[in-house]
Amino acid sequence: MQGLESLVEEAEQAIAAASDLSGLDEIRVRFLGKKGSLTEQMKQLGSLSPEERPKAGQAINQAKQAVQQAIEARKETLQGEALNAKLAAEAVDITLPGRNAQRGGLHPISRTLERIESLFEQMGFEVAQGPEVEDDYHNFEALNIPETHPARAMHDTFYVDEHTVLRTHTSPVQIRVMENQQPPLRVIAPGRVYRCDSDLTHTPMFHQIEGLMVDEKVSFADLKGLLDEFLRNFYEKELKVRFRPSYFPFTEPSAEADVQCVHCGGEGCRVCSHTGWLEVLGCGMVHPKVLESAGIDSEKYVGFAFGLGVERLAMQRYGINDLRLFFENDLRFLKQFK
Amino acid sequence: MKFSEQWLREWVNPSVSTDELCHQLTMAGLEVDAVEPVAPEFNKVVVGKILKAERHPDADKLQVCSVDTGEGEPQQIICGAANARDGLMVAAALVGAVLPDGLKIKKAKLRGVESFGMLCSAKELGMAESAEGIMELPAGAEIGTPIRDYYQLDDNCIEIGLTPNRSDCLGIAGIAREVGVMNRMEVALPAIEPVPASHQETLPVKVEAGAGCPRYVGRIIKGIRRDVESPVWLQERLRRSGIRSLDPVVDVTNLVLLELGQPMHAFDLARLNGGITVRQAREGEKMTLLNEQEVELKAGTLVIADDKAPVALAGVMGGADSAVGEGTEDIFLESAFFSPETLAGVARSYGLHTDSSHRFERGVDPELQTRAIERATTLLLELVGGEAGPLVEVRDDQQMPSREAITLRAGRIERVLGQAIKGDEVVDILTRLGMQVEAEGENWQVVAPSYRFDIAIEVDLIEELARIHGYDNLPSHPPTGSLSMRPRTERHLPLTRLRQLLVARDYQEVITYSFVDPELQAILEPGVKGVSLSNPISSEMSVMRTSLLPGLVATVRHNLNRQQSRVRIFESGLKFIGSVNDMIQEGVLGGALCGGRYPEQWGVEAARVDYFDIKGDVEALLATHGGEVEFRPMNHPAMHPGQSAEVVLDGKAVGYLGALHPAVLQKLDLDQAVFVFELDLASLQQARIPAFQPLSKFPAIRRDLAIVVEQNVSAREVEESIRKDASEILTDLTLFDVYVGKGIDSGRKSLALGLTLQDNSRTLTDEEVEDFIAKIVSGLETRIGATLRV
Repeated sequence: MQGLESLVEEAEQAIAAASDLSGLDEIRVRFLGKKGSLTEQMKQLGSLSPEERPKAGQAINQAKQAVQQAIEARKETLQGEALNAKLAAEAVDITLPGRNAQRGGLHPISRTLERIESLFEQMGFEVAQGPEVEDDYHNFEALNIPETHPARAMHDTFYVDEHTVLRTHTSPVQIRVMENQQPPLRVIAPGRVYRCDSDLTHTPMFHQIEGLMVDEKVSFADLKGLLDEFLRNFYEKELKVRFRPSYFPFTEPSAEADVQCVHCGGEGCRVCSHTGWLEVLGCGMVHPKVLESAGIDSEKYVGFAFGLGVERLAMQRYGINDLRLFFENDLRFLKQFK
Repeated sequence: MKFSEQWLREWVNPSVSTDELCHQLTMAGLEVDAVEPVAPEFNKVVVGKILKAERHPDADKLQVCSVDTGEGEPQQIICGAANARDGLMVAAALVGAVLPDGLKIKKAKLRGVESFGMLCSAKELGMAESAEGIMELPAGAEIGTPIRDYYQLDDNCIEIGLTPNRSDCLGIAGIAREVGVMNRMEVALPAIEPVPASHQETLPVKVEAGAGCPRYVGRIIKGIRRDVESPVWLQERLRRSGIRSLDPVVDVTNLVLLELGQPMHAFDLARLNGGITVRQAREGEKMTLLNEQEVELKAGTLVIADDKAPVALAGVMGGADSAVGEGTEDIFLESAFFSPETLAGVARSYGLHTDSSHRFERGVDPELQTRAIERATTLLLELVGGEAGPLVEVRDDQQMPSREAITLRAGRIERVLGQAIKGDEVVDILTRLGMQVEAEGENWQVVAPSYRFDIAIEVDLIEELARIHGYDNLPSHPPTGSLSMRPRTERHLPLTRLRQLLVARDYQEVITYSFVDPELQAILEPGVKGVSLSNPISSEMSVMRTSLLPGLVATVRHNLNRQQSRVRIFESGLKFIGSVNDMIQEGVLGGALCGGRYPEQWGVEAARVDYFDIKGDVEALLATHGGEVEFRPMNHPAMHPGQSAEVVLDGKAVGYLGALHPAVLQKLDLDQAVFVFELDLASLQQARIPAFQPLSKFPAIRRDLAIVVEQNVSAREVEESIRKDASEILTDLTLFDVYVGKGIDSGRKSLALGLTLQDNSRTLTDEEVEDFIAKIVSGLETRIGATLRV
C-alpha cells in the first residue's frame, strides 16, 4: 500500500498537469471519488487499532483536504484561463465602422433660420407666415410703395399678372399681421422671397426674416438695442455694429445696419470690399401711413421693423463664398451641414 | 451719383480727410459706394509741343518728334501714334518718368534713332479705358506744366448710392449742402447773375399739360461758334462724373445737370417748326430720339412739340431731328420742371433711363429753372459766344408742388427716437437743411425747402434730426414689453420635429426654386396646370410648382450626374395650386430616394431601396402625428401603378408615396428606380394629443398564426378581417413574415401573424383564447379564402 505522502504528491503532480476542467475532474474522481485512492485509504482505517485510528484518520483527512484545495486552486486558474480564451476569441476590431451610422442634415438656410428664430423667440417674438404669391396691395401699396414709386423699379419684381406678384420681400407679412391682430405685436416672419435677378451675387429666390414690434413705448433706441444684441449673439462675437441712414418707403427713420467685417475684423479685405463693414440688414420705425393703412392708431402706437437677408448671414457665419451653392443642392455641399 | 472731390470742396471744404468726408456722407445717408483716384500714380509727365514730326528713317509707322517740354533744348522722342504731328500739344513722359503700369521711361534707341521720352495716350495715363493715338491737348496749354497739375489729377471720384428719396443730392449743390450741415459750415454757392438780353427774339411757349409741367423756362441763344471744344476743366468734370464730353453745348447742359441737378435740353432753333408746346402725345405719333431709337408714343405721354410734331420726350430725351449738331448756329435752351407724378415710370415704359428722367422722376427743385438757365447761358456765352435773348417763362402756381407747414412736436421726437433733442439743436439742424422753422410753445412749425420732395409729415422731420444728430449718437437699449404668454396649442407639431426625424433617417434637406421647368412639371404632374410668371428668368424657371416633385427629381438627377450613387433628400415649402384668382398655396413636405438602402459598408448586405423603405419613412412621419393611417391604391399618371399609394390620415387623403412610373424615369433619363413622397403639412402638423390607457395587471398571451392566401390578397384585407372579429382583448397584431416559394402553392403566399391578447380585468383562460382564435380563423377562411398552414 502506498504511503499517504506519496499519494498526495502524486495527486498534486497530476493536478498541476491538468490542462482543462474535465481532466481536473477525472483527477478528483481518481483521488477523492467513491473509489478514489484517498477514499480507499479511509476504508482501510477499520483495520487499524482504535488507538491508531484517530491519528491516521486525521492524517488522511489532511491529505484529502490538501488535494481538495489543490484541485480548487487549479480549477480557478483553469476557469480564468478559459474565460480569457473565450474573451480573446470574442474580441472584434473596435475600429471597424459602426452599422448604419449615416445621418442626413438640414439645409444651411434652414439651420440659419432656425437659429435666428430661436434667438428672437427668447424675446417673445412669434413666428408668422404669409403667402409667397402676393397681391400688389400687400407687397407694395400697403407698404407705402405706390404704383409709380421709383422703389418699385428697384425691386425687380416677378409678376404673375398685373396685380399679383411673387413677394419681393417678407414685409407684406407685417401688413397681414397688423390687419389681423392689435398691438402689442412682436413677430418675425421668415420665408422665401423673389427678385427677377440672377448673377454671381443674386439668385432669383432667396430668404428673408422680417421682424416687427409695435407697442406704446417702442423707439429707435429699442430697435438699435435689439438688433445690436441679435447680431452679437448670431455671430457669437463682440462685433461693432453701426446704423446708418437709409431709405425704405415703409419705415421712417430708416437705417441699414453694418457689422464689423467678420472676416478681417474691420481692417478691410476682399469680403467687405475694403470698407471694414458688412451690410447685414435694413430696418426702421414703421411709417405712420403703414400703421394707419393696417388700422392701427399711429399716435397711440409706435413700431419698428427690420429685414434680414438670411443667405448673407449664413455665408458670413459659415464662410460660404458662393451664393449660388445654396440652390444647386449639390450633396457634396449640403453634407457639410449636419 | 459720381463726382470729383475737388469740385465738391470748391463749394464746401471742411478740414477733414477724404476718408472722413466719405464717412460723413455715408453716415448722412448718402452711402459712399466707391472712392477712386481720378488717375493712378505717375510722375514726370508734362505738357509738351511737337515742334516737328518726321518719318523715322527705318520704320514706316514710327515718327521722330522734336518736342518742346519747356525745359532747355527740345527733346527727341520717337512716337508710334498716327496722330503725332507738327504743332500738336501732347503729354510727354520725360526720361525718369514712371507710368501707372510701372513702366520706367529711359533713354532708348528705336531702330537706331535715340528717343528721350514717350508721348502718352489717355489710356497709358489711366485717364481713359481705351484710346486711339496719343492725347491731344488744347493749343493753349502751358508747355512744361506737369500733366497732374494741368488736369488737376490729384483728386478722387466719389460715387454715392443715392436712395430714391434724396433727389436733392443728384447735384453737387445738394451734396455740398449736406456736407455743410454735417460740418456746421456755410456753403459757397457760385454767383449766378441774370444774363441781359442782347436781342429780343423769343419762341412762343404754350403749356397745355399744366399738371405735368408747372414751369417751363426757355431762351434763344443766337450765333454760337461751332469751332471750339470744351475746355479741359469742363471735360474733366464730366469725365469724373462718368459723362463723356461731346460738344460744348451739350457739355454745358450736362455740367449744370451735375452741378445744380437741373436737366436741360438744347434744340437747334433752325430745326424747330414754330413755337414750343408742352402737351400730351396723341395716339400714333412717332419720333426718333437722340439715341436713334424710334418710338411710337403712347397717348398721354408728356412731350415737347413744335407746331408740327413732338421734338422731345419731356424730361427723358430729346429728338434726333431737332438736336444740336455740326451746322447749329442758334439754339433754344429749355429748363423746365416736370412733375414727378407725371414722369414716374414713363422712361421705363419706353425702355429708357436717362440722367434726366432719373432726376425728374425723383423730383427736381421747382424753383431752380431760372437759376439753371442763367448759369448755363453764362457758361455758353463764355465758351461758344453768341447772343442771349430774353427768358420766356410759363408758370402755373396752382400746379406747383405745395409746401405746407408741418407741426413738429418735441414730445414726439423723444417718443420716436428714445431721446429728446434740445430745442436749439432742432432749430439749428432744420434751418441748415434749408427749412423755415417757427417756434410754437414746445413745438415748431416747419416748412421744407422746394428741393426736398421727401419732407411731408412730422416723422420726415424727425428722420432729418436723427440723421444729422447722428444715428451713432442716439441711445441703444433692449426693448421692454409686457411679458404676456401667447397660447401655444399642443396639437401643433413644429416643422422642425418632422425635419429632424427625416434627418435622423438619413435624409438631406434641400431647397429648390419655387418656379420650375414646365416641361418637367408636365411629366410629373400631367394635366395639372401651374401658374406662369409673366417675366420669368428663363423658360426652365417659368411656372410655379404644383408639387415638390419637379424640384426633388431634378435634384436627384443633378446629383446622380455628379457621381453620387445614393440620394436621399427632402424639402418643405409651398406648392401653388389653381389659377391666379383662386390660388391655394399649401405647405407640403416631400422626399425622394434612390440608390442603396444603406451606404456601402461591411457586414450589411447591399440592397437597393424599395417601396417599403420610403413607406417606412412616411410611416415614421405619420407616427409623430398619432392618427389612424391607411395606404390606399391610387392612380397617379407619374407613379408606378403597383408600387404607389395614397396616404390617408384620420380618413383624409394627405398625400402619396411610391415609385416613379418607368415611363417617367425613361423620359427623365433616369436609369434606376426613384421613390418619392409628398404629404400635406397642415394635416400632418395637427397632431393628436396622447390619451392615456390604463395598463393591464394581467398577463398577455401571444398566439402566432400562419395562413396561406391568394397572392392578390392584401395585408390590409387580412388585418381588417381580424379586426372585425376581434374584441378589445386583441392588444397587438403584427405581421412578421411573408413567404412565397417551396411548400406553398404557386399563386399563393403565406403570412405569419402574431396576436397579443390581454384583458384589463382578469387572466384569460385557455378556452377563451382558443375560441377567440377559432373565430378569427373562421373569419379569415370565409372572407378571404385563407387556409391555416400546418
